[in-house]
Amino acid sequence: MIGIEHYLTVAATLFVIGIFGLFLNRKNVIILLMSIELMLLAVNINLVAFSSFLGDLVGQVFTLFVLTVAAAEAAIGLAILVCFFRNRGTIDVEDISVMKG
Amino acid sequence: MDLTQITSSVLASGPEIIIILGACVALMLSLVPRPGQGALLAGLSLVMIALAAAMSLTLAQNPQTAYGGMFVNDGFSTFFKMLLYLGTALTILISDRYLGTEDAAKGEYYVLLLFALSGAMIMVSGKDLLIIYVGLELQALSIYVLVGFLTTNTRSNEAALKYVILGAFSSGLLLFGLSLLYGLTGTTQLEAMGEALDSVETSSPLLALATVFLIVGLLFKVGAVPFHMWVPDIYEGAPSPVTGFMSTVGKVAAVAVILRLLIQDLAMLDPIWRGSVEAVAVLTLAAGSFAALVQTNIKRMLAYSSIAHGGFLLLGLLAGGSEGLASVMLYLLIFTVTNLGLFAVIVLLNRGAGQGENIQDFSGLAKSQPGVALMALVFLLSLAGIPPTGGFFAKFYVLVALVDAGFVLLAVFAVLLSAIAAWFYLRVIMLMYMEQNDQPAVFQVSPAIGWALIVTFTGTVLTGVLPAWFLGVSKAAATAGLG
Repeated sequence: MIGIEHYLTVAATLFVIGIFGLFLNRKNVIILLMSIELMLLAVNINLVAFSSFLGDLVGQVFTLFVLTVAAAEAAIGLAILVCFFRNRGTIDVEDISVMKG
Repeated sequence: MDLTQITSSVLASGPEIIIILGACVALMLSLVPRPGQGALLAGLSLVMIALAAAMSLTLAQNPQTAYGGMFVNDGFSTFFKMLLYLGTALTILISDRYLGTEDAAKGEYYVLLLFALSGAMIMVSGKDLLIIYVGLELQALSIYVLVGFLTTNTRSNEAALKYVILGAFSSGLLLFGLSLLYGLTGTTQLEAMGEALDSVETSSPLLALATVFLIVGLLFKVGAVPFHMWVPDIYEGAPSPVTGFMSTVGKVAAVAVILRLLIQDLAMLDPIWRGSVEAVAVLTLAAGSFAALVQTNIKRMLAYSSIAHGGFLLLGLLAGGSEGLASVMLYLLIFTVTNLGLFAVIVLLNRGAGQGENIQDFSGLAKSQPGVALMALVFLLSLAGIPPTGGFFAKFYVLVALVDAGFVLLAVFAVLLSAIAAWFYLRVIMLMYMEQNDQPAVFQVSPAIGWALIVTFTGTVLTGVLPAWFLGVSKAAATAGLG
């Protein structure tokens, strides 16, 4: 029988993978954005699992808002990335280092 | 929900609606190119902010909750909204000149500022985690674009990219905490959540995990050590007025959410976070003060200074109760006027393409521009916390609340560190008054910046002359929030 713990475990695992993707990745900014999406999706799984477990719809409404915001965030992130690429000609994580200290 | 309830809810959120409508009108107008468009849009934005402020003050006379308990208008939220209006209006006043010198005048700028303001207002009034989250993102998404507004400037691009990634990361952490809290209590409404949490053991590991994520997400937003590494880069790369906006309006909204969650509605989480927040506050004060000592870029220095001021705000949070709450609110008011005043001076010194941001550019200012130098002197003294100015009383009341709550050791530590912090403000003052400069800064003070300087200067001096009155106002607002 699949219970709430299983859903929470999957969500926690995805969330941790997202965090590791963000900090261990040294190559490409797009992968950073994907890792962030993964974190937000883990949150969504959490919310939907709780919503179904508690028999309360608020969690699913929350999920819809999170999805919308995640889409807006990805759009803005990519737009800024395009600007960055135009000026610098690269999207390597190592090259985001004009300012330091 | 019947029709009268809907009408009263819409009325209760009137200020937000005014600001959003204003932003939409400004967006339409910005599509019609014409000479003097920037001034028109700035004027429209200021009028909309004034209307919203008037409506907020009217609504504050009978505190009420709206939208089924998701949204609240009380003394607490009104006080913070006034700070947000003040911060945004001052930012608008100093923006026109900066956009001119950087050759980046575009109508969207004011639209984004208004959207960020409305997001911050929703955060402050939110009484439901969902509303607070949506407000937070509306504010954050608008600021991401504003940070990258100088599209051909590599530093601005880089700051925006870093901000999007770290901002989204911190939102993710915060959201994970919120989702666990929802699972534990079965509601997102703060009051109901507080009641449900009373029956949960504070030693429950799931609650501890939820609180940790919540606190880390919120501390990220105010830039507390060890979650501060994004602050200096982004403050340096962003357009100067936007830096001023983030360090005041963005911080005010984030602190309001922290106070609403941690002191008011979810106060039962206190034993879980207290120990770690004490450590974070001390680290924040120390790291901010020491790192600012070695900076040569004025915006980067102010970034570290704003981290150190964030440490003081956390001390007020630790003091707790209506005293601590009132001291934090007064601190934010004084910090908003002082910091934006200094940013007005930075905008005046800007010569385009990031020139004029070095601390050396302040040298000899007292000779070439005595009036502006005098005002900068007062702002710097206030940030350092030296007596005749408001900044002294801001720190003083936080320390009094801290000692009253029994944290004498923390208070002593904070005093020692602000003595160190005073040094880097004094360094700029010495440059202005003691050094000679072969090429002194030459600029004309435009009327808009003149007004911004007058308002911030008066604010800084008034809060230093009549601190008790301002404390009374913030105390009344604080008790309204706790009641």
